[in-house]
Amino acid sequence: MLTSILRCVRPVSTSIAINRSLAHFKPLMDPDPSRPVEKAIRTKLTNTLKPDHLEVFNESHMHAVPPGSESHFRVLVISSQFEGLSLIQRHRLVNETLKEELSSCVHALAIQAKTPDQWRSNPTLNKSPPCMGGSRGGPTVEEKLNAGQK
Amino acid sequence: MNSLIGSTVRCLRSGAASFLSRRADGRVCTVSARLLCSASDIQKDLGEMVKKDKVVVFMKGTKAQPMCGFSNAVVQILRMHGVDDYASYNVLDDQDLRQGVKVFSNWPTIPQVYFNGEFVGGCDILLQMHQNGDLVEELKKLGIRSALLDAEKESK
Repeated sequence: MLTSILRCVRPVSTSIAINRSLAHFKPLMDPDPSRPVEKAIRTKLTNTLKPDHLEVFNESHMHAVPPGSESHFRVLVISSQFEGLSLIQRHRLVNETLKEELSSCVHALAIQAKTPDQWRSNPTLNKSPPCMGGSRGGPTVEEKLNAGQK
Repeated sequence: MNSLIGSTVRCLRSGAASFLSRRADGRVCTVSARLLCSASDIQKDLGEMVKKDKVVVFMKGTKAQPMCGFSNAVVQILRMHGVDDYASYNVLDDQDLRQGVKVFSNWPTIPQVYFNGEFVGGCDILLQMHQNGDLVEELKKLGIRSALLDAEKESK
C-alpha cells in the first residue's frame, strides 16, 4: 500500500513533464491531509484500476469557486485494465470508482484514460479549457474571458 | 424553491391530480409525489429529446453563449466539423433537467452528447474522437459530412 501511495506522489521529473507546460499546473506534492477529496480520488483510482501511472489535478482554482475548493479535477489514468475497452467504457469505469465524490462535491471531472501502450506512443496531457463562469455568469465570465485573451 | 414551484406547475399542468390523493395508508402525498412526478416526466421527456434530433447536446449555456469551458469545447469541435444545426439544451435554465439528464445517461457531468439517440460521452470523449478521426466516421454514419473532409480535399 505504501508503495502505491508513493507511486502516486512521484515528482514530476519524468519524461512526461517535457510534453506539458509546468506553469499551467500546480506541482505534485505529497497528499495534504487537508485535501481529503484529492486524497480519496488518488486512493480509489489506485486501488481499483491499479494504474501504471496516475496524475490527479485539482483544477478548482481555474473556476468560479471559492479558494481551497475541491470541486473540479482532471485525472490521467494509465492502466492495462483499459485494454479492449472503448473510451466510454473506460470513462464509466472511472466514474463508477469515484461515484461517491461525483455525487457530492466533485462537480467536474476531466478524464484521460489510456493503456500503457497508448501512453507510450503519445504521452500528452490534455489541458482544460478556461472557465466561462458556469452558473455564476455575469462579471466573472467577462473577467475570465478577458484574462484568456491577454 | 423555484424547482419546487416548477415541479408543482408541471404536475398540475399534466393533470396529475391523482398524485395528491390519499395513499392506502391514509396519508396524503404532497411534496415527494410532486417531485417524483416531475422526475419521471423528465426521464420520459429525455427519452424523446435524445431521439428527436441526430445530434443532441446537453450543456451549460447556449450554442451562441456557452457558460462552461467544457461545454464550449463541444460546441467548438462540432463547429469545426460544420455541425451547427443540432439540438442543444441549457441545463442552467432547468435544475430538474440538469439532475435528470445525469440520471438518464448514468453520467455525472455536463456536457453530454448524443448521436442518434445514443449517448456518446462528454467533452473528453468528443475531443479524443475528434483527434483520432472517429468523429468524422461517426458523423458519416449519421449522414453528416464533416467540413474537415472538404477542408482536407481543398488543401490537396
